[in-house]
Amino acid sequence: MIAAVSIILVCQLVGEVIVRGFRLPLPGPVVGMALLFGILILRDHAAALARGPLRDGGVEGVAKVLLANLSLMFVPAGVGVVQNLDLLARSGVAIALVLAASVVMTLLVTVGTFLIVSRLMRRRSS
Amino acid sequence: MTGNPFALWVYLSQTPLLWLTVTLVVYAAVDAVSLATHRNPLMNPVLHSIWIIGLFLYATGTSYTAYFSGAQFVHFLLGPATVALAVPLYENRKLVAAAIVPMLVALMVGSATAIVSVVLFAEAAGLPRDIVMALAPKSVTAGVAMGISETLGANPAITVIATVLTGIMGAIVVTPHGIGTARAFQVDEVAGVFAGIAMGLNALVTSLLVPVFATLLLK
Repeated sequence: MIAAVSIILVCQLVGEVIVRGFRLPLPGPVVGMALLFGILILRDHAAALARGPLRDGGVEGVAKVLLANLSLMFVPAGVGVVQNLDLLARSGVAIALVLAASVVMTLLVTVGTFLIVSRLMRRRSS
Repeated sequence: MTGNPFALWVYLSQTPLLWLTVTLVVYAAVDAVSLATHRNPLMNPVLHSIWIIGLFLYATGTSYTAYFSGAQFVHFLLGPATVALAVPLYENRKLVAAAIVPMLVALMVGSATAIVSVVLFAEAAGLPRDIVMALAPKSVTAGVAMGISETLGANPAITVIATVLTGIMGAIVVTPHGIGTARAFQVDEVAGVFAGIAMGLNALVTSLLVPVFATLLLK
């Protein structure tokens, strides 16, 4: 388990180094996610890599535990809103309305795009 | 037992132990209620944990800094959890590969719509610039949204609230959200898998698009 946690942290750390080093406007962990994905794919092609946490679902197990408890991790930052109560009192209703309008629009556009593109692709393949 | 309960409180309220415990206990209790109500989107455990803990801090006159000294241990896990999104992406790579073109196109168009619409609506509603910045990344899983918000120099707390509200509003339909994903898994196994994939892919797409649109729209 320690080795599996380490590999996740190493990916995050390298992601952070890449982001800061190249001044990319990306969160470090997102680059770390791409790195871990690459490592998992690479492992399937090179048997030499399939050892330690990269064997028998080691990393996969730890990753699933983390993701199963994802919502808990939003709480500490969310509580930070106590520092902005005046702001919420002033603009809370406007924020909620803006979000609702944006959600409806985004859902319609996303679902519509997916349906149109998959229909186009199906027509081309048939 | 100390003779003065107030002295004990003064001591405990400055320790990370108390606030880490409060965070976990409140979340566990709210999560149990959410489970009992069959994960009704209105019973979202994040939203209810936030106001209950916030009220507790207000009632005890505790500063957010003191609270965060304990809660930071939970907060820290967001980074590793974002890296962990690689695993559902990897495990469903065949499904991803089969639908990659429509998924990527839909995610890019959807993500762009989410960012542009929220920024334009917020500007039209006359919201201050710093709030608009904090709202821009709301249509992605909250850990990544906060990361983007920090990169932009916006207020991550507003981003979390906006992200959670977006997740609840979109939870009836499949959206690339932690909250939407959890809901989708209860509705349909295949929809859940796709929502998990979309959450990982969307983390990449939105992280790339928000800084671009934020610079273009908010000059």
